[in-house]
Amino acid sequence: MNFNTLHTTHGRAIPFATGLKLARPELTVIVITGDGDAAAIGGNHLIHAARRNIDLTAVCFNNNIYGMTSGQYSPLTPKSKKAATAPYGNIENNFDLCRLVIAAGASYVARGTAYHVRSLIRLITRGIRHRGFAFIEALSPCPTYYGRINGLDSAISMLQWQKEHALDIKAASRKRPYELEDKIIIGELFNSEARGLNIPEFSQEYWNLIKRVKDK
Amino acid sequence: MRKKIGLTGDGAAAEAMRQIDPEVVAVYPITPQTEIVERFAEFVAEGLVQTELINVESEHSALSACCGSSMAGVRTMTCTSAQGLALMHEMLYIAAGNRLPIVMVNVNRTLSAPINIHNDQSDSLGSRDAGWIQLYCENPQEVYDTVIQAVRIAEDHQVMLPVMVCLDGFIVSHNMEPVELLDDGEVKEFIGEFKPRLNLLDTERPITAGNLTLPEYFFEHKYAQVYALEQSKEKIEEVGREFGDRFGRRYGLVEGYKLDDAEIAVITLGSMAGTARVAVDALRGEGIKAGLLKMRCYRPFPVQELAGALKNIRAAAVMEKAVSPGAPGPAVFSDIIAALYRQSVRINLISYVAGLGGRDVPVKSIHRVYEHLQKVAASGEPDRILNYLDLRGWE
Ligand SMILES: Cc1ncc(C[n+]2csc(CCOP(=O)(O)OP(=O)(O)O)c2C)c(N)n1
Repeated sequence: MNFNTLHTTHGRAIPFATGLKLARPELTVIVITGDGDAAAIGGNHLIHAARRNIDLTAVCFNNNIYGMTSGQYSPLTPKSKKAATAPYGNIENNFDLCRLVIAAGASYVARGTAYHVRSLIRLITRGIRHRGFAFIEALSPCPTYYGRINGLDSAISMLQWQKEHALDIKAASRKRPYELEDKIIIGELFNSEARGLNIPEFSQEYWNLIKRVKDK
Repeated sequence: MRKKIGLTGDGAAAEAMRQIDPEVVAVYPITPQTEIVERFAEFVAEGLVQTELINVESEHSALSACCGSSMAGVRTMTCTSAQGLALMHEMLYIAAGNRLPIVMVNVNRTLSAPINIHNDQSDSLGSRDAGWIQLYCENPQEVYDTVIQAVRIAEDHQVMLPVMVCLDGFIVSHNMEPVELLDDGEVKEFIGEFKPRLNLLDTERPITAGNLTLPEYFFEHKYAQVYALEQSKEKIEEVGREFGDRFGRRYGLVEGYKLDDAEIAVITLGSMAGTARVAVDALRGEGIKAGLLKMRCYRPFPVQELAGALKNIRAAAVMEKAVSPGAPGPAVFSDIIAALYRQSVRINLISYVAGLGGRDVPVKSIHRVYEHLQKVAASGEPDRILNYLDLRGWE
């Protein structure tokens, strides 16, 4: 692989990447983030990057927990699931990050799982090729800090869970709502290009503005 | 009943928080503070405390939530480390400026970049001008005792200021030592009930907090806060004395170790004091008059107490785990120079920055500091004032 990496502070990967993209719009910029990082401490940055539709690809490794700090619940820990800070189960409502960023203006939104790895690779590749803010939620198992206290005590059983609960969006469209209650919809959830929508991209708008003012 | 058990520094802090049973705790996890959050979350879940535990989405929100609850007139605590404390920076000034008696446990960890989770004191020392009382602990017992005392100090009506209790990450936070715990009732009685001076929820006496204060009044408001912090010294001493009278462990602003007849001394804060004691004992065994001065209270700065304790010393070294890039010297060293100048005490003082980013500070390294001090004492003049302990590629 031939790329540079930049390690930022917790929650701020998107703003660092925004600065980078505006300074060097020809670069392909990928943000690797977590559910805590993207939805809690950096949640504001996520919605504003989506709103601007800036050409970044954010891949959110959603393991439903703050893994690094050893298992506190995050805004994506499902209700009633346990965490180090919720020994009797989480009582908070969750975000659906994909719906959140679609509503905020992202132009490519997809969800995949570590079990459906080939499809996940395809979704990420498309996200990178897409011009505009691309968001891919990648469900990833954390057997140590999430699985163990929630009855899934190995990486394999967690992958098995993903296999059983994930449903492709095309198949889901043929189901009734009650049949989807415990399902996780994967695949391309929103793609402005496929819908023939032309949502302006921020770094392009920015350079257009510079050119317009300079040409005056 | 009092009992002695093995506890880490984080465990000791959590245990003190359980006994204090504050109305509100708002936190966000960060290594090496996490163990406090987790233990406390368990106390809440088990119903051992009545606390409202708010797991917020960042440290900025944690201290904001604390400010809100403290303004509403309830006992409020939080804890953090490093990047978390840095993210709280804006709210640190809000808490102090609004005179909110919040107690925070800060588990000292270095600040990025480069990213590193290990110990030094650049986080809290870097927040020295935020207006908080800062107390540093050498071991888990001191953490436990100091957290309890901090509540009394903060909530005193003459003080009404936030208190930060600092302990070195991993070295104190994660190492287990015997800690004597007081009886729950004894702690309750010692801290008493929180009686807020003003209270946003007191509808009989409506107030407004956090107002815009323009040039006509801002300076006076600020000075009132500065004055309160200065005056809090007495309260810190009084509470430390009373704690000693009741429970047998006395605390002050500074603590000398074999200092009375010492010719050379190290001045330090936090866990390095524990290591330096071992070096002092060894040197005393060789007949060298070495001593140690531990700064327990860094803000407010104990100017008279520190200068008084050092006035007969021939050469002293300030060892601290933080740098002040571009400054004439690191923070604690520079403060001590100012304190000595104010008290007209002239001694040879050198600085040692040590242990940045978790580099170990073993006894043998502290030994070398004392050897350096012997040379300075003999020549009557420091050869080099600013030194970096065990730094490769320096000298
Ligand atoms: C300002 C700040 N607060 C807290 C932390 C501690 N911290 C590091 S990673 C993390 C949570 C990460 O969770 P997530 O983004 O879900 O990623 P995961 O570790 O699960 O992969 C936290 C709270 C930090 N580094 N900086």
